[in-house]
Amino acid sequence: MHIILISIIALGALGIIGSIMLWGVSRRFHVDEDPKIGLIEQLLPGANCGGCGRSGCHDFARACAGASSLDNLICPASEPGTMQKIAAITGLEAKKSDEPKVAVIRCGGSCDKRTRFSAYDGPASCAVANSLGAADGNCPFGCLGCGDCVSACKWHAISIDPSSGLPVVDEDACTACGACVKACPRSIIELRRKGPRGMRIWVACSNREKGAAAIKECKAACIACGKCARTCSHDAITVSGNLAYIDPQKCRLCKKCIDICPTGAILSANFPPKKNISTTE
Amino acid sequence: MKTFSIGGLHLPENKLTAGQPVERLPLPAEVTLLLSQHIGAPARPIVKKGDTVMRGQLVAEPSGALSSAIHSPVCGTVSRIDTVKTPQGLSAEAIIIKTDESRPDALCSLSPCSDVVEATRAAGIVGMGGAAFPTPVKLTPPADTQPDTLIINAAECEPFLTCDHALMLADPDGVISGIRLIMQATGVNHCVIAIESNKPDAIKLLRRLTASIPGIEVMIMQPRYPQGGEKQLTEAVTGRMIASGKLPAAAGVIVHNVATARAIHRAVTLGEPLIERIVTVTGPALSRPGNYLAAIGTPLRTLIEAAGGLPENTGKVIIGGPMMGRAAATIDSFTVKGMSGILVLPSDLSSRQPEEPCIRCGRCVSACPMGLEPYLLSTYSRMNMTDEAIDALVANCIECGSCSYVCPSWRPLTDFIRIGKQRAISVLKSRKQS
Repeated sequence: MHIILISIIALGALGIIGSIMLWGVSRRFHVDEDPKIGLIEQLLPGANCGGCGRSGCHDFARACAGASSLDNLICPASEPGTMQKIAAITGLEAKKSDEPKVAVIRCGGSCDKRTRFSAYDGPASCAVANSLGAADGNCPFGCLGCGDCVSACKWHAISIDPSSGLPVVDEDACTACGACVKACPRSIIELRRKGPRGMRIWVACSNREKGAAAIKECKAACIACGKCARTCSHDAITVSGNLAYIDPQKCRLCKKCIDICPTGAILSANFPPKKNISTTE
Repeated sequence: MKTFSIGGLHLPENKLTAGQPVERLPLPAEVTLLLSQHIGAPARPIVKKGDTVMRGQLVAEPSGALSSAIHSPVCGTVSRIDTVKTPQGLSAEAIIIKTDESRPDALCSLSPCSDVVEATRAAGIVGMGGAAFPTPVKLTPPADTQPDTLIINAAECEPFLTCDHALMLADPDGVISGIRLIMQATGVNHCVIAIESNKPDAIKLLRRLTASIPGIEVMIMQPRYPQGGEKQLTEAVTGRMIASGKLPAAAGVIVHNVATARAIHRAVTLGEPLIERIVTVTGPALSRPGNYLAAIGTPLRTLIEAAGGLPENTGKVIIGGPMMGRAAATIDSFTVKGMSGILVLPSDLSSRQPEEPCIRCGRCVSACPMGLEPYLLSTYSRMNMTDEAIDALVANCIECGSCSYVCPSWRPLTDFIRIGKQRAISVLKSRKQS
């Protein structure tokens, strides 16, 4: 009984001394952190993807809390409206949020369309393959298929389709943080406007060679024939540097360019399937 | 025998074509002159489709201080200026000239020029050891340096390659004349011709011919890779180390390849621009490997045909030597000024092994001739840790491939260090600007 009492008193005293020390230390080294930072951080996705250009979500929250204007601060990965909520916390004006974007792959050179004249057996890294030349594809602009974008994506939104050898973007998971854009050594990936109900049209080719050379390299290459630009009634398509580009802001999703493209280099996503118009008497 | 002190390897030499005489190939029916076959800005074409050109006529002029002129190696007609493939499979602009069979040999020589630097510029001479750095730039060392030694790089440390060896045996007088011109241009009065001891006939020949010439000596080097790297060679010959990020000129040394010296001789004394070179076409399965003197712009296929044709079990065709060379993505390409060899390897010798984990054996560290830690640099590069890589001196890497060669786990060290080095150099450049 006696021993138990002594131990309780001794340990209790030790505890009290320890807590006083800790209290003192915490008072001495207390850092005043803006409470806004914690509140903002709770709104952020917390994946530290770096899409905002900062080293992580906490860094971004600190930048928001200390900023005098939110114009240059955008978290591309968070849900729509997050910047407005952050603006409410900081008492600043948020820039009108951009429309949601998604990563699109500007290469359609699947295994069956792209002629291959050599076999690349080096390390499975697009950066290395690109530094060694054209790797196994004939096209020096096209996707290398080693998956640098897959490993760069913190949202598991990109995977390589084994049948085509090209990356596929899961648009529900993609937050348009831009990590894949930076990782691709051939700058094939573009962040494009997602479009109404996800409907969008883009040129799935990055080949800047003359048409005759491009078509030899890949059956799905943009040959810069200009048919799409002439067909487009909204002036959305420009052909420069032997490559067509569709301005997502001007495109009205009429799909005329898709039908006219001789190589099928223009792709679309999320359009409802074509109705079979039956010609009945 | 001298050699460099840090790292390096003794590789199996495999010089299948050693001692073989130089064989001149007939002019091809069509030559394709890539506009970018040197370090620096691509040349600017000054001919157009349908123009007739003479052998040796200027067809593309340098487009900047770091660029080089290109001359036609044949008499003929410009059939087009078009995009062609480089051996790496990338697209590049080129002038394509159809040979006129009726007048193959009429040389349009350069206008005589007593100034060696000007003559090399007019002749479009670039370093012929592989890097193809414009020679006139190297002949005018920075004003704050005091070069006192000229080193003629005849080490030819790469396995399989024998083009420099063959050249020294075929035209030693041209080499010596070129050396004297370089010495005259740079004001250096001491020259060392560095030859590895595996070329005894070349050593003997050059020793005999230079015996009466004061200032020129032939130095026998112990065969060791990468002795032909200019930093390694400078240290091996003079014992001077070149500071990180500096050129040999900072250590008072000028290094030129032996084939470059001969090209300078041809340009200054004969008025012949750089329009042909010796290419070693070799490989264990080729029936007629050899040292072929071919016009610049000759299709690679023609050279491989001359050496007996592509064997059936070919795994890789490597442009350059097996250590520094790059596997060609296509052989529908053309020779350039810096192409020293075409190596045809059967698939069992050329295929890469699956990569295993690093076992921290440190062999790459002991092999690295620059005293770096390849296993660490490669990991930094894989993890995108550019700042750490810069601190670990990734920019010093000479991409010799020794680390990948010795790695018992078959790790692709050089491949990753190369991209890490590219990233580091771009970061360092942007730091310098800001």
